[in-house]
Amino acid sequence: MRGMSRSVLVTGGNRGIGLATARALAGAGHRVAVTHRGSGPPEGLLGVRCDVTDLSSVEAAFAEVEAAQGPVEVLVSNAGITDDQLLLRMSEQSFARVLDANLTGAFRVAKRASRPMLKARWGRLIFVSSVVGLSGAAGQANYAASKAGLVGFSRSLARELGSRSITSNVVSPGFVDTDMTAELSQARRAEILKTIPLGRTATAEEIAGVVAFLAGDASSYVTGAVLPVDGGLGMGH
Amino acid sequence: MERTEVLDVMREKAVEMLEVEPDAVQEDKSFVDDLKVDSLSLVEYTMDLEDAFGIELPEDELTDLTTIGAFVDLIMTKLG
Repeated sequence: MRGMSRSVLVTGGNRGIGLATARALAGAGHRVAVTHRGSGPPEGLLGVRCDVTDLSSVEAAFAEVEAAQGPVEVLVSNAGITDDQLLLRMSEQSFARVLDANLTGAFRVAKRASRPMLKARWGRLIFVSSVVGLSGAAGQANYAASKAGLVGFSRSLARELGSRSITSNVVSPGFVDTDMTAELSQARRAEILKTIPLGRTATAEEIAGVVAFLAGDASSYVTGAVLPVDGGLGMGH
Repeated sequence: MERTEVLDVMREKAVEMLEVEPDAVQEDKSFVDDLKVDSLSLVEYTMDLEDAFGIELPEDELTDLTTIGAFVDLIMTKLG
Protein backbone atom coordinates (compact mmCIF):
# COMPACT_ATOMS: atom_id res chain seq x y z
CA MET A 1 0.00 0.00 0.00
CA ARG A 2 1.15 3.52 -0.73
CA GLY A 3 1.75 6.03 2.03
CA MET A 4 0.16 9.47 2.18
CA SER A 5 0.45 11.77 -0.80
CA ARG A 6 2.66 14.67 0.24
CA SER A 7 3.37 18.08 -1.20
CA VAL A 8 6.99 17.95 -2.37
CA LEU A 9 9.35 20.62 -3.66
CA VAL A 10 12.62 19.72 -5.36
CA THR A 11 14.97 22.62 -6.05
CA GLY A 12 17.08 22.26 -9.15
CA GLY A 13 14.60 19.66 -10.33
CA ASN A 14 14.82 20.24 -14.05
CA ARG A 15 17.71 17.85 -14.70
CA GLY A 16 20.07 15.26 -13.24
CA ILE A 17 19.55 14.03 -9.70
CA GLY A 18 16.81 16.59 -9.03
CA LEU A 19 14.72 15.52 -12.00
CA ALA A 20 15.17 11.82 -11.27
CA THR A 21 14.15 12.49 -7.65
CA ALA A 22 11.09 14.46 -8.71
CA ARG A 23 10.03 11.65 -11.04
CA ALA A 24 10.59 8.98 -8.37
CA LEU A 25 8.51 10.93 -5.84
CA ALA A 26 5.75 11.61 -8.36
CA GLY A 27 5.79 7.90 -9.16
CA ALA A 28 5.28 7.16 -5.46
CA GLY A 29 2.07 9.18 -5.56
CA HIS A 30 3.29 12.52 -4.20
CA ARG A 31 2.41 15.96 -5.56
CA VAL A 32 5.71 17.24 -6.86
CA ALA A 33 6.92 20.68 -7.88
CA VAL A 34 10.38 21.43 -9.20
CA THR A 35 12.25 24.71 -9.42
CA HIS A 36 14.19 25.71 -12.48
CA ARG A 37 16.02 28.84 -13.56
CA GLY A 38 14.17 29.42 -16.80
CA SER A 39 14.83 26.20 -18.70
CA GLY A 40 11.12 25.40 -18.62
CA PRO A 41 9.33 22.80 -16.52
CA PRO A 42 9.89 19.09 -17.15
CA GLU A 43 6.91 17.31 -18.65
CA GLY A 44 4.31 16.14 -16.16
CA LEU A 45 5.69 18.08 -13.19
CA LEU A 46 4.76 21.46 -11.79
CA GLY A 47 7.63 23.78 -12.66
CA VAL A 48 8.25 27.04 -10.83
CA ARG A 49 10.95 29.54 -11.62
CA CYS A 50 13.28 30.07 -8.72
CA ASP A 51 16.75 31.40 -8.15
CA VAL A 52 17.81 30.15 -4.70
CA THR A 53 20.28 33.02 -4.37
CA ASP A 54 17.39 35.50 -4.36
CA LEU A 55 15.14 35.54 -1.29
CA SER A 56 12.20 37.17 -3.07
CA SER A 57 12.41 34.57 -5.83
CA VAL A 58 12.33 31.81 -3.19
CA GLU A 59 9.33 33.43 -1.53
CA ALA A 60 7.46 33.69 -4.85
CA ALA A 61 8.22 30.08 -5.75
CA PHE A 62 6.93 28.79 -2.41
CA ALA A 63 3.76 30.88 -2.74
CA GLU A 64 3.16 29.38 -6.19
CA VAL A 65 3.73 25.82 -4.97
CA GLU A 66 1.53 26.34 -1.90
CA ALA A 67 -1.31 27.64 -4.08
CA ALA A 68 -1.04 24.71 -6.46
CA GLN A 69 -0.46 21.75 -4.15
CA GLY A 70 -0.54 22.92 -0.52
CA PRO A 71 2.26 23.73 1.94
CA VAL A 72 5.53 21.96 1.24
CA GLU A 73 5.80 18.87 3.44
CA VAL A 74 8.91 17.40 1.84
CA LEU A 75 11.73 19.68 0.74
CA VAL A 76 14.54 18.31 -1.39
CA SER A 77 17.23 20.96 -1.51
CA ASN A 78 19.26 19.96 -4.52
CA ALA A 79 19.98 23.10 -6.53
CA GLY A 80 23.68 23.61 -6.86
CA ILE A 81 26.49 24.89 -9.04
CA THR A 82 30.16 24.20 -9.54
CA ASP A 83 32.92 26.59 -10.49
CA ASP A 84 36.09 24.50 -10.38
CA GLN A 85 39.48 26.06 -10.04
CA LEU A 86 42.64 25.39 -8.08
CA LEU A 87 42.80 27.44 -4.89
CA LEU A 88 45.54 29.72 -6.16
CA ARG A 89 43.43 30.58 -9.18
CA MET A 90 40.10 30.71 -7.37
CA SER A 91 38.69 34.18 -6.91
CA GLU A 92 36.92 35.17 -3.73
CA GLN A 93 33.94 35.91 -5.91
CA SER A 94 33.87 32.33 -7.23
CA PHE A 95 34.13 30.96 -3.72
CA ALA A 96 31.36 33.19 -2.42
CA ARG A 97 29.11 32.54 -5.41
CA VAL A 98 29.25 28.75 -4.98
CA LEU A 99 28.65 29.05 -1.22
CA ASP A 100 25.74 31.40 -1.84
CA ALA A 101 24.02 29.01 -4.25
CA ASN A 102 24.78 25.68 -2.59
CA LEU A 103 24.77 26.47 1.13
CA THR A 104 23.00 29.79 1.69
CA GLY A 105 20.52 28.73 -1.00
CA ALA A 106 19.71 25.64 1.09
CA PHE A 107 19.31 27.91 4.13
CA ARG A 108 16.85 30.15 2.24
CA VAL A 109 14.60 27.33 1.10
CA ALA A 110 14.79 25.36 4.36
CA LYS A 111 13.93 28.42 6.43
CA ARG A 112 10.95 29.19 4.24
CA ALA A 113 9.78 25.57 4.29
CA SER A 114 10.14 25.09 8.04
CA ARG A 115 7.39 27.47 9.11
CA PRO A 116 4.49 25.49 7.57
CA MET A 117 6.21 22.27 8.67
CA LEU A 118 6.20 23.54 12.27
CA LYS A 119 2.51 24.29 12.00
CA ALA A 120 1.81 20.87 10.55
CA ARG A 121 4.11 19.24 13.10
CA TRP A 122 5.49 17.09 10.33
CA GLY A 123 8.13 17.62 7.71
CA ARG A 124 11.04 16.17 5.80
CA LEU A 125 14.11 18.21 4.93
CA ILE A 126 16.50 16.47 2.56
CA PHE A 127 19.75 18.05 1.43
CA VAL A 128 21.68 16.74 -1.53
CA SER A 129 25.36 17.01 -0.66
CA SER A 130 28.27 15.19 -2.28
CA VAL A 131 30.94 12.66 -1.41
CA VAL A 132 33.34 15.52 -2.11
CA GLY A 133 31.99 17.37 0.95
CA LEU A 134 33.82 14.96 3.22
CA SER A 135 36.65 13.70 1.02
CA GLY A 136 37.57 17.00 -0.57
CA ALA A 137 38.56 17.29 -4.21
CA ALA A 138 41.38 19.15 -5.88
CA GLY A 139 39.93 22.05 -7.81
CA GLN A 140 36.67 22.03 -5.86
CA ALA A 141 37.49 23.84 -2.62
CA ASN A 142 34.42 26.06 -3.00
CA TYR A 143 32.06 23.23 -3.95
CA ALA A 144 33.39 20.83 -1.29
CA ALA A 145 33.15 23.50 1.41
CA SER A 146 29.54 24.23 0.47
CA LYS A 147 28.64 20.53 0.47
CA ALA A 148 30.36 19.91 3.83
CA GLY A 149 28.48 22.90 5.22
CA LEU A 150 25.20 21.18 4.47
CA VAL A 151 26.06 18.45 6.98
CA GLY A 152 26.39 20.82 9.93
CA PHE A 153 23.40 22.79 8.73
CA SER A 154 21.16 19.74 8.39
CA ARG A 155 22.22 18.28 11.71
CA SER A 156 21.48 21.56 13.48
CA LEU A 157 17.98 21.53 12.00
CA ALA A 158 17.57 17.90 13.08
CA ARG A 159 18.20 19.06 16.64
CA GLU A 160 16.09 22.22 16.45
CA LEU A 161 13.03 20.70 14.81
CA GLY A 162 13.06 17.06 15.87
CA SER A 163 10.53 17.57 18.66
CA ARG A 164 8.00 18.58 16.01
CA SER A 165 8.43 15.40 13.93
CA ILE A 166 10.49 17.20 11.32
CA THR A 167 13.47 15.20 10.15
CA SER A 168 16.53 16.59 8.41
CA ASN A 169 18.94 14.43 6.48
CA VAL A 170 21.73 14.62 3.94
CA VAL A 171 22.19 12.39 0.93
CA SER A 172 25.76 12.23 -0.26
CA PRO A 173 26.02 11.03 -3.85
CA GLY A 174 29.26 9.86 -5.36
CA PHE A 175 30.08 9.88 -9.04
CA VAL A 176 26.79 10.18 -10.92
CA ASP A 177 26.13 10.30 -14.66
CA THR A 178 24.76 13.82 -15.04
CA ASP A 179 25.47 16.88 -17.14
CA MET A 180 27.69 18.11 -14.31
CA THR A 181 30.00 15.07 -14.56
CA ALA A 182 29.86 14.69 -18.35
CA GLU A 183 32.46 17.42 -18.70
CA LEU A 184 35.27 15.26 -17.28
CA SER A 185 37.93 13.83 -19.61
CA GLN A 186 37.96 10.08 -20.38
CA ALA A 187 41.28 9.71 -18.59
CA ARG A 188 40.02 11.42 -15.45
CA ARG A 189 36.89 9.30 -15.62
CA ALA A 190 38.82 6.03 -15.79
CA GLU A 191 40.98 7.15 -12.90
CA ILE A 192 37.95 7.86 -10.71
CA LEU A 193 36.27 4.56 -11.60
CA LYS A 194 39.29 2.66 -10.25
CA THR A 195 38.64 4.14 -6.79
CA ILE A 196 34.99 3.11 -6.62
CA PRO A 197 34.42 -0.34 -5.05
CA LEU A 198 31.38 -0.95 -7.23
CA GLY A 199 33.50 -0.07 -10.25
CA ARG A 200 30.95 2.07 -12.00
CA THR A 201 29.18 5.38 -11.82
CA ALA A 202 25.66 5.79 -10.45
CA THR A 203 22.58 6.65 -12.40
CA ALA A 204 20.57 9.63 -11.16
CA GLU A 205 17.77 7.16 -10.42
CA GLU A 206 19.95 5.34 -7.90
CA ILE A 207 20.32 8.57 -5.93
CA ALA A 208 16.62 9.35 -6.33
CA GLY A 209 15.69 6.03 -4.75
CA VAL A 210 17.45 6.96 -1.52
CA VAL A 211 15.96 10.45 -1.47
CA ALA A 212 12.53 8.86 -1.98
CA PHE A 213 13.21 6.57 0.98
CA LEU A 214 13.99 9.60 3.16
CA ALA A 215 10.80 11.30 1.97
CA GLY A 216 8.63 8.28 2.70
CA ASP A 217 7.09 6.74 5.80
CA ALA A 218 9.77 4.03 6.11
CA SER A 219 12.39 6.58 7.24
CA SER A 220 10.37 8.17 10.06
CA TYR A 221 13.09 7.47 12.67
CA VAL A 222 16.02 8.66 10.54
CA THR A 223 17.23 12.17 11.26
CA GLY A 224 20.58 13.93 11.31
CA ALA A 225 21.94 11.21 9.05
CA VAL A 226 24.36 11.51 6.17
CA LEU A 227 23.55 8.74 3.73
CA PRO A 228 26.32 7.95 1.27
CA VAL A 229 25.08 6.75 -2.12
CA ASP A 230 28.47 6.48 -3.71
CA GLY A 231 29.26 2.85 -4.56
CA GLY A 232 31.67 2.80 -1.62
CA LEU A 233 33.79 5.69 -2.88
CA GLY A 234 33.61 7.67 0.36
CA MET A 235 34.04 4.83 2.85
CA GLY A 236 35.92 5.86 5.96
CA HIS A 237 34.96 9.50 5.89
CA MET B 1 -7.92 47.13 19.41
CA GLU B 2 -7.77 47.71 23.16
CA ARG B 3 -4.80 46.60 25.20
CA THR B 4 -6.94 44.20 27.23
CA GLU B 5 -8.26 42.60 24.06
CA VAL B 6 -4.71 42.03 22.80
CA LEU B 7 -3.76 40.44 26.09
CA ASP B 8 -6.89 38.26 25.98
CA VAL B 9 -5.95 36.90 22.55
CA MET B 10 -2.37 36.33 23.72
CA ARG B 11 -3.64 34.50 26.79
CA GLU B 12 -6.01 32.33 24.77
CA LYS B 13 -3.25 31.37 22.30
CA ALA B 14 -0.78 30.78 25.13
CA VAL B 15 -3.13 28.36 26.84
CA GLU B 16 -3.70 26.56 23.54
CA MET B 17 -0.16 26.36 22.30
CA LEU B 18 2.11 26.71 25.33
CA GLU B 19 -0.03 24.76 27.78
CA VAL B 20 0.19 27.40 30.50
CA GLU B 21 -2.46 28.41 33.01
CA PRO B 22 -4.53 31.43 31.90
CA ASP B 23 -3.68 33.31 35.13
CA ALA B 24 0.04 32.87 34.47
CA VAL B 25 -0.13 35.20 31.47
CA GLN B 26 0.42 38.59 33.15
CA GLU B 27 2.06 41.72 31.76
CA ASP B 28 4.92 41.73 34.27
CA LYS B 29 5.84 38.09 33.63
CA SER B 30 8.28 36.65 31.09
CA PHE B 31 7.46 33.69 28.86
CA VAL B 32 11.00 32.41 29.16
CA ASP B 33 11.97 33.16 32.77
CA ASP B 34 8.62 32.80 34.54
CA LEU B 35 6.55 30.53 32.30
CA LYS B 36 9.56 28.40 31.30
CA VAL B 37 8.58 28.30 27.63
CA ASP B 38 11.28 26.83 25.38
CA SER B 39 12.62 28.84 22.47
CA LEU B 40 11.04 26.79 19.67
CA SER B 41 7.61 26.92 21.32
CA LEU B 42 8.00 30.67 21.60
CA VAL B 43 8.74 30.90 17.87
CA GLU B 44 5.62 28.86 17.12
CA TYR B 45 3.58 31.00 19.50
CA THR B 46 4.82 34.15 17.76
CA MET B 47 3.78 32.68 14.39
CA ASP B 48 0.32 32.02 15.85
CA LEU B 49 0.07 35.60 17.04
CA GLU B 50 1.10 36.89 13.61
CA ASP B 51 -1.74 34.91 12.06
CA ALA B 52 -4.22 35.88 14.78
CA PHE B 53 -3.54 39.62 14.48
CA GLY B 54 -2.66 39.67 10.78
CA ILE B 55 0.69 41.35 11.45
CA GLU B 56 4.36 40.56 11.04
CA LEU B 57 6.68 40.41 14.04
CA PRO B 58 10.25 40.64 12.72
CA GLU B 59 12.84 38.61 14.59
CA ASP B 60 15.06 41.59 15.37
CA GLU B 61 12.21 43.33 17.18
CA LEU B 62 11.39 40.26 19.24
CA THR B 63 14.82 39.59 20.71
CA ASP B 64 14.69 42.42 23.25
CA LEU B 65 11.28 41.57 24.65
CA THR B 66 11.65 40.64 28.28
CA THR B 67 8.08 40.75 29.54
CA ILE B 68 4.67 39.84 28.23
CA GLY B 69 3.77 43.52 28.62
CA ALA B 70 6.55 44.46 26.17
CA PHE B 71 5.13 41.86 23.77
CA VAL B 72 1.72 43.56 24.05
CA ASP B 73 3.38 46.93 23.35
CA LEU B 74 4.95 45.60 20.15
CA ILE B 75 1.69 44.09 18.92
CA MET B 76 -0.16 47.35 19.70
CA THR B 77 2.43 49.26 17.65
CA LYS B 78 2.07 46.87 14.71
CA LEU B 79 -1.71 47.13 14.85
CA GLY B 80 -1.29 50.88 14.61
